[in-house]
Amino acid sequence: MQTQQKTLDEVLDLAAVQFKVPRQSLSPDDDFFKKLGIDSLQALSLLTRLEQHFNIELPDYEMQGVSDFRTLAERIQTRL
Amino acid sequence: MLDLDRYTSLGAALSDALDRWPNETCLIEADRERERTRLTYSDFKQMAAPLARALQDAELRSGDRAAIIMTNQSKWLISAYAILQSGGVLVPLDYKLTAGEHLQLLAHSRTKFMVIEYHLWRAITQDPEFNNHKIKIVLVTEAPPSAELRGGYRWEEFRRKGDPSLISRKRQDAACIVYSSGTGGRPKGCVLTHENYLEQCKSLTAWYPFWPGVRYLSILPTNHAIDFMVGFIGPFVCGACVVHLRTLRPEFVRDAFVRYRITYVSLVPMVLKNLEHGLRSNFDALPGIKRWVLNLMISINKALTRKRPNVELSRKLLGQVHTAFGGQLLAMFTGGAFIDPQTLRFFYELGIPVANGYGLTEACTVLTLNDLKPFRADTVGKPLPGVELRILNPDADAVGEVAAHSKTIMSHYLDDPELTTETIVDGWLLTGDLGRLEANGHLQLLGRKKNMIVTEGGKNIYPEDIESAFDGLAVKEYCVFAANYVWPKKELGGEMLVLVLRLEQNQEFADSLKNEIVSRNRRLPDFKRVTGYVIWDKDFLRTASLKIKRNDLAHELGSSLERSAVKEL
Repeated sequence: MQTQQKTLDEVLDLAAVQFKVPRQSLSPDDDFFKKLGIDSLQALSLLTRLEQHFNIELPDYEMQGVSDFRTLAERIQTRL
Repeated sequence: MLDLDRYTSLGAALSDALDRWPNETCLIEADRERERTRLTYSDFKQMAAPLARALQDAELRSGDRAAIIMTNQSKWLISAYAILQSGGVLVPLDYKLTAGEHLQLLAHSRTKFMVIEYHLWRAITQDPEFNNHKIKIVLVTEAPPSAELRGGYRWEEFRRKGDPSLISRKRQDAACIVYSSGTGGRPKGCVLTHENYLEQCKSLTAWYPFWPGVRYLSILPTNHAIDFMVGFIGPFVCGACVVHLRTLRPEFVRDAFVRYRITYVSLVPMVLKNLEHGLRSNFDALPGIKRWVLNLMISINKALTRKRPNVELSRKLLGQVHTAFGGQLLAMFTGGAFIDPQTLRFFYELGIPVANGYGLTEACTVLTLNDLKPFRADTVGKPLPGVELRILNPDADAVGEVAAHSKTIMSHYLDDPELTTETIVDGWLLTGDLGRLEANGHLQLLGRKKNMIVTEGGKNIYPEDIESAFDGLAVKEYCVFAANYVWPKKELGGEMLVLVLRLEQNQEFADSLKNEIVSRNRRLPDFKRVTGYVIWDKDFLRTASLKIKRNDLAHELGSSLERSAVKEL
């Protein structure tokens, strides 16, 4: 199983691609709603990309209350 | 459609519906591309009966409260029917609340029975207050085989053989307790009667009928008043079908329109804007000539549907757009929060009417709705049949508080006679919303008299409910207000929450304090966060019992500070 750090890096990479922002502008503890100027629906759209990449299924409720990349990566890590 | 005047309870009406259309599909549940469940009314009855029998054997008595905490899915509706058939009072709770908030509302409603999804139950069992709960029977759906249920039963196994009884209820008896807000100390549990729901269903279906073959896409949470009515009671008493999706990601929602040839859907403004954005991007990507043809077709459609919609014609003129929505869509419903009239016009000009409406949980579901005769983007429509509206204390512009009288107005707030008396006066519901009634009956909403906001996601947020997130903040005192309550303006939109800070004497607003506020704010769900703050240089006005005099403080703030004094967090 890959490390938490690797998962986190990959989440940040994918978010940068999804929302078309430079990778270096994103940090693990960023509030992605604020940083990316997205709403909760747009945040949900990231999940499909993450599911395909990690080959897992993430129920919508896993995103509930999550607003930073680190916590999101932790939720993914538990399903790897 | 069933003749709802013949029934005294939702349980009785639903029971007849299950027998009336045994072979019609009533429920479809999909998860991504996979269809997980497809039930006829007869299947539904067969699934609900053993559950209802088991609940009755477990001594669910007439009037007992039974909560449901679930995302939209078939087990929600099956459980709700089994509870209503058994004479129970349904307590549908928002699955997005925290475990602590769930426990608070379960205690307030004195819930005895509960149906809950496993992941939500797991969160509740980890809450410090878990051991204090007084629920007699907890049914947990979709629990993994090895899961420890901490006293709960598996929903899938909680079944008994034998026909359940249909427990009769009177029209004035409580059918549901729906919380319109209130996890911050004063829960507002709206007690809604069977009559409220039966009358609401009659009035809504008079304008927007369902029939066998109609498919309603259920996206709003079923615990919400609108989906409970339009995504359960309405379709079922008409033999129609409800489609549930286990994921609400935009790509799967778009796919469901086509896959299930959806007829109606209710959406919050945020989702509607998302759809609009997607369509506009597609239009912009069209090559010049195609774009020109599309614009021409839109212009023709607009000219030919000025007086009323003509869906058949619009489908011919703008076939590709309608095909992307499944080709059967008759209307989309929205309401609750401010919605940009341009968004409504955008869809109407494509031949997809969006009926904007207005309602409150206290009024069951909906008070006004656009009847599309003709379409109006700048109002929340006209009062539904049986609804009377008045504007109280109108100002020079005829704007005042909207009051409503209807058989759909709730019975009372649970255990709060004082608030009930303040809210329902001589049978009229004081909505706390400001509006103006046009001569042709359309209602324009122009602001709020009450201290609350409605988010684009359709959530009612009461500032008092989130103040506990800042407990212990190193300031003399603080409170949260809706900006439009402090600085009223005669329009909706731009709603946000503001943290008002009173610092200690000689205290400066240090970076460490700001960081602490930002950090606390981030722990709140995104839709509950405060957007800005103001520093106030006087002690808060308080009552003899030391409660903040919110009205007076808001007035003092509003008359001393400009809205521009609010600093972004």
